[in-house]
Amino acid sequence: MSEQQAITPGGPTVKKFMFVNRKAPYGTIYALESLEVVLITATFDQDVSLVFIDDGVYELVKGQQTKGIGIKNFSPSYRALDGYDVEKLYVDQASLEQRGLTEKDLLVPVEVLDAQQMGQLMAQQDVILSF
Amino acid sequence: MLHIVNKSPFQTTTLDSCLRMAQPGHALLLIEDGIYAATVGSAAEARVRQACASLKVYALQPDMDARGVTGKLIDGVTLVDYAGFVDLTVEYSTSHSWL
Repeated sequence: MSEQQAITPGGPTVKKFMFVNRKAPYGTIYALESLEVVLITATFDQDVSLVFIDDGVYELVKGQQTKGIGIKNFSPSYRALDGYDVEKLYVDQASLEQRGLTEKDLLVPVEVLDAQQMGQLMAQQDVILSF
Repeated sequence: MLHIVNKSPFQTTTLDSCLRMAQPGHALLLIEDGIYAATVGSAAEARVRQACASLKVYALQPDMDARGVTGKLIDGVTLVDYAGFVDLTVEYSTSHSWL
């Protein structure tokens, strides 16, 4: 992973892509669609980060059991992101707190940021995709 | 950077999350149902006036016109047309269309 590298010598341009996830996992298709686009983007060796804000934090909650609703449980895929060199996962602190959650409730290691840090991180991106 | 909000402040918390994270010097463009936040007398008025102190706040005039609320624009919010929208996306290198 390279933080300041904008262009790989002789290779394609690497852009900073941020995926902003603000929806709970099964009520709408957004969370799953986001995950799929993240994996595609990672395939193209881009600098990918994921942020989870508002109900998006529910996507990462441990222990999801979806058999009863007949929808595929895609939450294990967040654990696989590491294998695609997607290692930057950020969670909004206030969104966790409002929902009675802590980092311990989440199924992957994340970095918890406050609103200011999150805003600064957004401003550093080349592309932001919202889900 | 440029934050774009298209949801009514009465329907979702999108505007609040955006305002929480927007940093001084960033810009906020209200479009579609998002423009209701830029009208006087709405419950969002105080939040938008406060935002105007640290952010450049814009509203898309065709969306305000369509909804009949252009006359209620909060002073401090700047109206832009579609060309102005494009100019903003050029002026700010990063745009985030909050969903």
